[in-house]
Parts: sequence; structure tokens; C-alpha cells
Amino acid sequence: MFEWLDQVFVLLKHWLVSFLPATWQPVAGILLCVLTIICLFPALFAICVLLERKGLGRMQNRLGPNRVGPFGIFQPIADGVKSLTKEDLVPLSADALVHFMAPVVLVVVVFMGFAVLPMGRNMVLVDLDAGLLFYFAIGASTELAVFMAGWSSRNKYSLLGAMRAVAQMISYEVPLLLSSVAVVMITGSLSLSKIVEAQNHYTWGLPHWYIFTPWGFAGFLMFAIAATAETNRSPFDLPEGESELVAGYFTEYSGFKFALFFLGEYVGMLSISGLGSTLFLGGWSSPLEALNWVPSWIWFFSKLLLSIAVFIWMRGTLPRLRQDQLMNFAWKFVLPMTLLNLFVAGLWRFLGDGWERWVVCSAILIVAYILMGRVGMYREHFGPRRYRYAE
Amino acid sequence: MSFAFYLISALTVAGALAAVLLKNLVHCALALTIAFAGLALLFLNLDAQFAGFAQILVYIGAVAILVVFAILLTRGSETPKDGEIFSRTWLAGLAVAAAVFAVLGWAVLGTAPMLPHSSPAPHVTVLQIGNALMSRYVLPLEIVAVLLTAALIGAVMVAMHEKEEKQ
Amino acid sequence: MLGEGILKGLAETAKNFAGSFVSKERLTTVEYPEDRIPTFEAARVFPFLVYDARNPGDENDWEAGLRCVACQICEKECPPKCIFIDKSKDKKPDALGKQQFYPTRFDIDVSVCMSCQICVEVCPFEAIKMDNEFELSTTDRFGGLLHDRRQLAKSNEYYHKIHPTEAAEVDARLAEEKAKADAKARAAADAAAKAAAAAKPAGGGE
Repeated sequence: MFEWLDQVFVLLKHWLVSFLPATWQPVAGILLCVLTIICLFPALFAICVLLERKGLGRMQNRLGPNRVGPFGIFQPIADGVKSLTKEDLVPLSADALVHFMAPVVLVVVVFMGFAVLPMGRNMVLVDLDAGLLFYFAIGASTELAVFMAGWSSRNKYSLLGAMRAVAQMISYEVPLLLSSVAVVMITGSLSLSKIVEAQNHYTWGLPHWYIFTPWGFAGFLMFAIAATAETNRSPFDLPEGESELVAGYFTEYSGFKFALFFLGEYVGMLSISGLGSTLFLGGWSSPLEALNWVPSWIWFFSKLLLSIAVFIWMRGTLPRLRQDQLMNFAWKFVLPMTLLNLFVAGLWRFLGDGWERWVVCSAILIVAYILMGRVGMYREHFGPRRYRYAE
Repeated sequence: MSFAFYLISALTVAGALAAVLLKNLVHCALALTIAFAGLALLFLNLDAQFAGFAQILVYIGAVAILVVFAILLTRGSETPKDGEIFSRTWLAGLAVAAAVFAVLGWAVLGTAPMLPHSSPAPHVTVLQIGNALMSRYVLPLEIVAVLLTAALIGAVMVAMHEKEEKQ
Repeated sequence: MLGEGILKGLAETAKNFAGSFVSKERLTTVEYPEDRIPTFEAARVFPFLVYDARNPGDENDWEAGLRCVACQICEKECPPKCIFIDKSKDKKPDALGKQQFYPTRFDIDVSVCMSCQICVEVCPFEAIKMDNEFELSTTDRFGGLLHDRRQLAKSNEYYHKIHPTEAAEVDARLAEEKAKADAKARAAADAAAKAAAAAKPAGGGE
């Protein structure tokens, strides 16, 4: 019964496809999966926006949207209708073609990332041998879409936002990649399904997720920081800092194109959360052996929504960084830590199965963290700020 | 030679031509990106996943962005007023291009008969590539790594020198 | 320790989030159109014209009782120039019984008024005061935003209701002025009577 529930979507797909002639079946199966992804994630996007607005409101001692429908649950629909019916303005001096292409490129590229994410047992669109590489290759292309949007608008805010975005995304892509490489080193595979399989073991009923190892924990933190920056989320939302740059690179977008950018941003967040949970949180595996009967896709999507909740939580808490703080943080703290983490992951691999590797690896990481924190605070590159004029 | 191959080739060639012929530099850079993407698709069409993804990651994710940044930081994005896009030495350029093409064509045609025509496409996994890089080709890999590190240090030195001068 | 502040901040927002479901203190929003907080006595939004109700029930009582004498000081002093006054040709007796001009037109543009209260400060007749009515939005953006003297005229009782302290002071001042004016009039009348009385014996003496 529960196994059937676990595979319900796979079985459904096979059942639907079986009505077609045999030659069409593979293509139809893929199309069906693509269609599902294209419908599912915008729906999740709507839910996330609502949760974000309500949750953020609660964190700021206010109610959030509560007028459209009971408890405001139809707010996303109202927003959608509003953005679809708004006039689509294109500035006179804008580069029309590039201006049009930018949101399309962004959304297409962002959706492609889902192709390799395993969303449940046997639920991956294409199980690529180099899935992780594919994900990062596709993710790197979003920068281009952002740049296209900023440049083609012929607006100084847009251009500044785009420059900031691209600089930030390039800087944080390095730690993002390096923190994932540690996982690849331990698993010995770039295939995301194999990475999940490697974590889907249990000792004393507890899972072997990578976050529960010293290098995995450090790697996950670095990954989370880099992912936040990569998706331009607060506190790294400089590219669209509304108090400085109106809306950054999509200042000159309105109506449906604006909605596409918004969609792209949130779907990117969902997809990178999916990658993070796949790499460090065991993907679709359950957190306790006793809970293995719960369908795997439920675990995947719970982890996804949990990550989104953390994103929202951080947005409600942290103020925006300054550009130089952002760069200092990336190159002087996150990058060295990820490099050290690579070394620690290597040690972990070759120290054997005993308790020694826990002690050694944890000690190295903790000492490094404390030292870097002290040195960094001492040099005032990060840490508490003193305001010269405000005091 | 499938339909996909012709489609991707057309896309690549069109991108490359646009990169050469368009007047606006940023448009050229974006067209170049299309050509890069076409190349990556060609690799994927040949079942060379690793090369294809590396092409996207390195060329679209890094090189194209670098080109665009260089354009934006060094000159305005305005289209040059005069319509001349051919330089005065275009004849020499054409000669060089023709020579390169001839050499490449000669090499390709020369090696074509040596390849078995109907051998099954080798299925190269990332694991095999990694093993090859770490065993047989470890020396070239290390040399490239040293070269890139040297370039990195050089870039840092250049940047630091400027900063010191300012102060 | 690096990252300590972030954890503290996260704990604080989490407390806010969870607390908003249980404690009123952490969810201070008043849902405005349904729930309202009482306006403060000192709240000031938009000017209105005070009139003294002389014979309640009369339809045109407001027009007769307007304190405004169309001196146009407020019109001249208004920084964004949102007051428009037309002075009357004839005169009418005011509260003190003195003959005064009155405004045939007194319009204020809501969309221009910046609530600076300068018109109130400069008015020598206590005729214009600040209202605390703030729901001034309208669906008619051309005519509806220009309030005419009928809309602006509000009784002294209303003034007492919204700003009791201030209105009492104003009334005291006005009463004092009235008393002074009365005394003056009486003195003038007395003087006139005395003069007349003095003139009579003198005239009689001749």
C-alpha cells in the first residue's frame, strides 16, 4: 500500500502513457514530466509568496495580507491577475529584443535546473551521469539573463543592479561549487540520484545525511550562504535593493515580464533549495528509519518548503549588506572556509571509519572558524560596525 | 547527420556570424554566447555530456560574462557612428582565416579515412574522464593548473599594485 | 564569536513570529476600517470654518454664523496656495454686531493642502481651525477634492467636541473680547450720554 503511494506519480505516468502507441511513449513520458514540473513549481511559487508575505508580516508584528479570501489565501491569484492585466511598458530607448529575451531566458534556464533533481524515489526527469555539473552549468547562465535585463533597459539603476548582481553571482558561485565538490568527493559521483542513494542509509534509525558530519555541516552552511547570495535574497539582495536601486535590474519591467522575473527568482530559490536538500539533507530520504513508509516525495517537498521558510526567516531578520562587505565576506571568509572544507572532506575519506575522524575533522573546522572570526573582527572586515557619523 | 545536428549547426554558425557582423558590441557578445551554446549542444548531441556541460559552465557562465564586463568597463555600449565594420586590413584577415581553415580541413580530411566508420559510439562516463585526468593525463592537468594559478596570482598582483598607487 | 548576532536576531524574529499568534503585544495591528483607535485631541488634518450657531434648526444658520470676515489673510499666507476666497460686496453684522464683509466663496483644495496650520495661526478672528477628520478621499478627483464653504463650515459645538481644551480657550478669549467690546460700547454710550447730559445743562444755562 505505502509502496504504491510512494510510486503513485510514476505509476500514473506509466498508466497515462500506455494509451499511446509504443513509438510515442518515451517522448510523451518526458513531455508529461516537463509539463508537471512547469505547472507544479509556479503553484509552489504562489504558495511561497503567500507564506513569505504572511510570515514576514508576523515577524514584523503585523498581519500580512488577509483581505482576499479567508485569511488572504487568494492573494497570489489577485497578484497574478493584477500583473497579467497591467500594461507592458518598454522604455523608448531600450533594446527591444534583448529586453524581451531577458525574462524568457531567465525562466527557461531556471526551470531547466529541475531536470536533474530527484524529487522522490525513481522520480527524476533525466538521471544524468553529470547531473550536478549540468545543474551548475545551467545555473551559471542565469547571470547572463540578469545582465541582459539590466543592460537592455538603458537605465542607470538597472545597469547598476545588473553589475552588482553579476559580480555577486560570480563571487558566490565559487563557494557554491566548492562546497558541493566536497559532497562529490565523498560520494564519488556527480549523479544526484547516486548522491541521494549514498545518504539513504540508517544507523540506529538515524539517517546518514551529510549534514550530520563535520564537513557536511560546514559545507551546508557555506552552501546555504552562497545559495542565498546566488538567488539574490536578503541579506544579499543588493542587486535589487529597493531603497537604493528602485528594483535593480528589473526596474524597467512591468506587467507580465515583471511577473516572469519574480517567478524566475522564486523558482530559482526553490530549485537551489532542492539542490541543497539533495546534497546535504538526503534528498527524498526520510529523517528517521521508522518513517520510511511515508512517500519519498513528501520528504523532498517538506525539505524544500522548510528551506524556503528559513530563507523567509533570514529575510525577516537580517539587514542588507554593503557591497564591500559582501565581497569581503565571499572572498575572505566563505571561500577559504570552503577550501578548508575540501581538505577536511579528503581527511574524512581517508581517516577510516573510527571515531578519530569525527574529532579531527570537527576540531580543524571549529578552530578555523573561531580563528577566522577573530581575525576578521579584528580587522573590521566583518563583525559589529561602528558608525562614524551616527554616534 | 541528423536533423538536430543541422539545426544546431545553423544556430552556431548564425551566432558566430552575428558576433562578427553586428555593430553593437554587447549584441556581438550576446551573439557569441549563442554560438557557445550551440557548440555545447553539439557536444551533447555527440553524447559528450561532460564536455558539453563544461562548455556551458566555462564559456557561457564565465567567459561570456567576462567579455561583457570588459566591454562595459572599457568603453561605452554606443554603436560607432560610421557604418564601417571592416577594418582596412580585412584582406590580410581573410587570408589568415582561409589559411587556418585550410589547415583544419586538411587535417580533418586526412584523418577521416583512419576512423572506423561504423563503430559503436563509445560511452564515456564522467568517472572515466576523471580517471583519465588523474592517471594518464595528470601531468598536463597539473601544468594547466600551475599556469592558471600563475595567471590568478598575476591578476591579483596587477589589482593590488593599482590600489597601492592610489594610496 | 562570529555569527552570534545572527543567531540572536533569528531568535528575536522567531519569538515575534510565534508570539504574534498568542500575544496581543506582538501583533499590534489594528485592522483599520473595521477597528479604529480613537483620534487624539491634538490630531490635526485639514482646516474647517467655525460658525456660531445662533438659531439652531435654521437651514442657513451656518452662513449667517460664519466667523470669517473674508480678510483674505489666510489666502495670502497659505504656502501651497490652496485657499480661494471671494469677498462679498455688502456687509453683514458679525457676532459682535459689527458690520463686516463675508466670504461669498471659500474653497480649499484638499489635494494641495499640506496641513501646515498656518491659516489657523494667522487668522485674527478665530474663524478657521483644524479638523481631525482624515477620511477625505473621494472618487471624484476633479470636483470632489475642492471643498466649498458649505462643506468646510462646522459649528462651534463640533469644534468643542474634537478639540475641547483649545475650543474652551478660544471661547474664553472671544468672550473676553466681547466683554471688552461691550464695555467699550457701554463706555462710549456712557460718554455719549454724559456728553449729551453735559451739553444739555450747558445749553440750558445759556
